[in-house]
Amino acid sequence: MKKLYSIFKQGIIFDNPLLMLMIGLCSAIAVTTNVSNGIGMGLAMTFVLLFSEVIISLFRKLIPTTIRIPIFIIVIAAFTTMVDLVMKAYFPDLSKSMGVFIPLIVVNCIIMGRVEAFASKQKLASVIADGLGMGLGYTWVLIAIAAVRELLGSGTLAGIQVMPASYQPILFFILPPGGFFVFSLFISLNIWLKKKMEASAKNKELVTKKEAA
Amino acid sequence: MMELGKIFLLALLVNNIVVMRFIALCSYIGMTSDLGQSMGMGYAVTFVTVLATAATWPIYHYILVPLNLTFLQILIFILVIASLVQLVEFYLKKNVPGLYSAMGIYLPLITTNCAILAVTFENISFKYNFIQSIAYSVGVSLGYLLAMILLAGIRERMKTSPVPKFLQGTPILFMATALIGVAFMGFSGLIK
Repeated sequence: MKKLYSIFKQGIIFDNPLLMLMIGLCSAIAVTTNVSNGIGMGLAMTFVLLFSEVIISLFRKLIPTTIRIPIFIIVIAAFTTMVDLVMKAYFPDLSKSMGVFIPLIVVNCIIMGRVEAFASKQKLASVIADGLGMGLGYTWVLIAIAAVRELLGSGTLAGIQVMPASYQPILFFILPPGGFFVFSLFISLNIWLKKKMEASAKNKELVTKKEAA
Repeated sequence: MMELGKIFLLALLVNNIVVMRFIALCSYIGMTSDLGQSMGMGYAVTFVTVLATAATWPIYHYILVPLNLTFLQILIFILVIASLVQLVEFYLKKNVPGLYSAMGIYLPLITTNCAILAVTFENISFKYNFIQSIAYSVGVSLGYLLAMILLAGIRERMKTSPVPKFLQGTPILFMATALIGVAFMGFSGLIK
């Protein structure tokens, strides 16, 4: 149980796919002009990631290694098609505003990377923990970026007016360059946090060593 | 003819696939540390995008639509592109070794390049005819090449410039892209 929790935590913070591993960036910046898009994309991604990982983990002993990549792609494409059709049927507005990025989940490096590096080797339980962790890690970064951009760029959060009416929205943040700008600041913040955590971990080690001596 | 020129310019500058639409960012960040490398990647993507458009457009309109199988679009397109890349690689290796040595090593990487898949989907969803699709794919992929060369050039200059400490590493690349994006927004009035 403890091991599962640590795998889960890995995806959310330490190996966060967007901020640490720097994969699957396209959709992260493109759909984050408002929070509801961010949530939709994050959940779609989590669904495809989790179920592809589960299926591949279940069949990992049957899949011949030489043709594993095409098989992975077919499994991922099948789940992406499901998400695409469900979105079109039940959330037509959301689907329209995300456009080509829903079908592009199929070539999102996060899914291929996790399936190849993790799901094809591990047992079901840890794969579920990994899928949830990575998916939610992706989702929270998306929501955070979207919140900053929407708040500054249009003064709303998920479509609800938050800023006072006299606030003049800074259009820059919802335009494409603003996405790059905010994302850049997020990465540098994360690098700073990681350095700080590592430093404090080292300090602790030193202290315990000294005490032992 | 005007129509085609408009599609081409819109795809190349106004809606540049990388800096304005954020597609294919992984390779944009990952492959631009060297100017030659980024150009090789850009050529390979251009080549495969046009080929993939020429292959997927007829498949969609003459096979999937008559058979009522359009829901298989994602699956079929990615398989077609993957096998196409593989075929091109074999062909170039055997028959055009000069071209193969220039862009061969990038070919396997671009199977999962979002730009190519995005272009083939958009040709369908924008309801372009065959000629328009080709114009659009040429525009988009040259736009990709342009963005790659721009960032690679900036990165070469950046090696000798003082970068603020908190932006060192990847953050400065995104910051530079944001500035390129601001410049590209100037093109938005180009076409009415």
